[in-house]
Amino acid sequence: MAQVVNTPTRRQYAPASVRDPLHGNSDKLLNCFKQLPAELNPLWLKVLRASALHKFISQGFPTVKDEEWRFTNVAPILELALHTPEQPARKLTEADLKQFSFGDLDTRRIVFVDGHFAPELSNAAGNGVDVMSMRNALNSPWVERHLARHASFEHNAFAALNTALFHDGVFVSVPAHRVLERPIHILHVVTEPQSGAIFQPRNLIVAGDGASAKVIEHYVSLGNGAAEPYLTNAVTELVLGEEALIEHIKFQVESEKAFHVATLQAHQAKGSVWTSHSISTGARLARNTIQTVLGDKGCNCIMNGLYLGRGDQLVDHHTVMDHAKPHCESHEYYHGILSDRSRGVFNGKIFVRKDAQKTNAKQTNRNLLLSDDAVIDTKPQLEIFADDVKCTHGATIGQLDAKSLFYLQARGIPKAMARRMLIYAFASEVIERISLPQIREELDKVLLERFAK
Amino acid sequence: MLEIRNLCAGVDGKEILKNLNLTVKPGEVHAVMGPNGSGKSTLASVLAGKPEFEVTSGTVTYNGHDLLELAPEERAQQGIFLAFQYPVEIPGVNSTYFLKAALNECRKAKGQPELDAVEFLAVVKQKIKLLDLDPSLLNRPVNEGFSGGEKKRNEIFQMAVLEPKLAILDETDSGLDIDALKIVAGGVTKLRRPDNSAIVITHYQRLLNYIVPDYVHVLADGQIIKSGGKELAFELEERGYDWVLEGAGVK
Repeated sequence: MAQVVNTPTRRQYAPASVRDPLHGNSDKLLNCFKQLPAELNPLWLKVLRASALHKFISQGFPTVKDEEWRFTNVAPILELALHTPEQPARKLTEADLKQFSFGDLDTRRIVFVDGHFAPELSNAAGNGVDVMSMRNALNSPWVERHLARHASFEHNAFAALNTALFHDGVFVSVPAHRVLERPIHILHVVTEPQSGAIFQPRNLIVAGDGASAKVIEHYVSLGNGAAEPYLTNAVTELVLGEEALIEHIKFQVESEKAFHVATLQAHQAKGSVWTSHSISTGARLARNTIQTVLGDKGCNCIMNGLYLGRGDQLVDHHTVMDHAKPHCESHEYYHGILSDRSRGVFNGKIFVRKDAQKTNAKQTNRNLLLSDDAVIDTKPQLEIFADDVKCTHGATIGQLDAKSLFYLQARGIPKAMARRMLIYAFASEVIERISLPQIREELDKVLLERFAK
Repeated sequence: MLEIRNLCAGVDGKEILKNLNLTVKPGEVHAVMGPNGSGKSTLASVLAGKPEFEVTSGTVTYNGHDLLELAPEERAQQGIFLAFQYPVEIPGVNSTYFLKAALNECRKAKGQPELDAVEFLAVVKQKIKLLDLDPSLLNRPVNEGFSGGEKKRNEIFQMAVLEPKLAILDETDSGLDIDALKIVAGGVTKLRRPDNSAIVITHYQRLLNYIVPDYVHVLADGQIIKSGGKELAFELEERGYDWVLEGAGVK
């Protein structure tokens, strides 16, 4: 990586034309809201939903004039006739899901097909650990206590929309001091959606004090990918008790016709450790908002990410490390590999609040551009209000190193293979941070397929 | 084995090699010496096919074929090996994986079967002793975190594994202390065979105490201005380059 970039690189856009932010959809949204069945609308939630809907209707979808969305234009989503499918487009069997497993990895799996919970394909609950459909969990005091209390919809239109209208998702509760051996695999499959179908999973994961678990949040399309454009708008909240240990792997491989917008918000109590991996290879447009509040002393967070873009894909990560309290540590490593005309966006915010003395925060974003037309907009954003802290950041943009390429060729390795080795090497630094070997192997396969030519 | 005729080559439009002629026969070791900037490393780079170097005229024939037509990897597969003056560190590419891939590509080109992991490790085990190299280095990414001496020894180790027909050592002695120099030179000497040749590029005579050349050439201003036997190297060591340069009218 030759060039070190400290200032954001940007690409200019014509301002979005002035439009009705809801595209004439506010009546439709109000209708959806009014038609929510009572079981999805306990009083405590009704209040939240109403407030979220109000927020959404008054703000509308973001435009590129919004600082947080400068490089990611969601206008194509608004051109779709958005609607929530009432039924899965088709029924899936165990055999259909084989392709979405990770080798011999034994998981507690909970499956959603076109947004609908598929109990016959799920085997997640048991041993005093709740892994259940959110629809069936809305009466849980844990859900009432945490849902929508962490992922703010004040400045996040997509989170507001999800909060107002979600139907289902996953609720996970890991009791205090329980160490889960089997990872939880949350699988969202989209089968054969109609154009404009919208899926809004709402997930909440609560880990008690000293609990430990691995969670895979997996977004896929069936077969070679859905042919019609659709929108996944997911919100996941993750609540870590004191000394809790969570490894979260978000693996997004949706159809390259799909739009994927997701918010992942964690809140960490004292001494908790959250490792977040975000692997984003699918979707025509993928926007991942990943945020944590390091809410008490001794918290540790690793945000590790790999994004691949090809064709006209756009993949956007907006991350926030919010150091609210002293003596916490955060490390962020994001690598992007962009080819063809694809575009990447990385915006990494680190807040160090006034209280957060002795913070140690480190962020790196490295990008490999494999074509002249690929673009990356990368921007570190540090806001530091404490004085005794250690914060570093760095972003690089580069091509495959010509010297390394020649060195490999000079030993007899054909150029195409040498390129693949170097691309793989670039990605492997991120992949190796994932603790589950079966997931690493799956990613190896993804890379191999993508760069095999 | 190698015949270079009237070779002119350069980089960024600047001509560095000017009508260079050199013939290397099987089993011969040729030392190419010369002052800094004379074109020694350019010669090595052109022979190995480094893309930024451009050949403007002349021919290079290797075992009867036009070498300049071949991609770098094809040259390597045909038995040309360049020991780099500055070996590159390649983070993320495991040394063992890399070398196994390289060896198997070279074997494939020769029509030999590929080696599996076990067979490959047997080769490694045998060759690594020659260079007194710490085997744990092979678990690391290529050259990453290697000391200067380890990098140079690793180059010769790779050479031992790949068994080239024509080895080009580009200032392999630079940056080595005398012990490392002896190990490297010892490795090269043990790998000498009647059908293998080497071009040893060096600034100093001291390497040639350990790798004894059949011929010594003085390269200056892109041409070979004087050739002789191994005694020429001693003379250069004693008298410097000036007398040769003046004799050739280069200075």
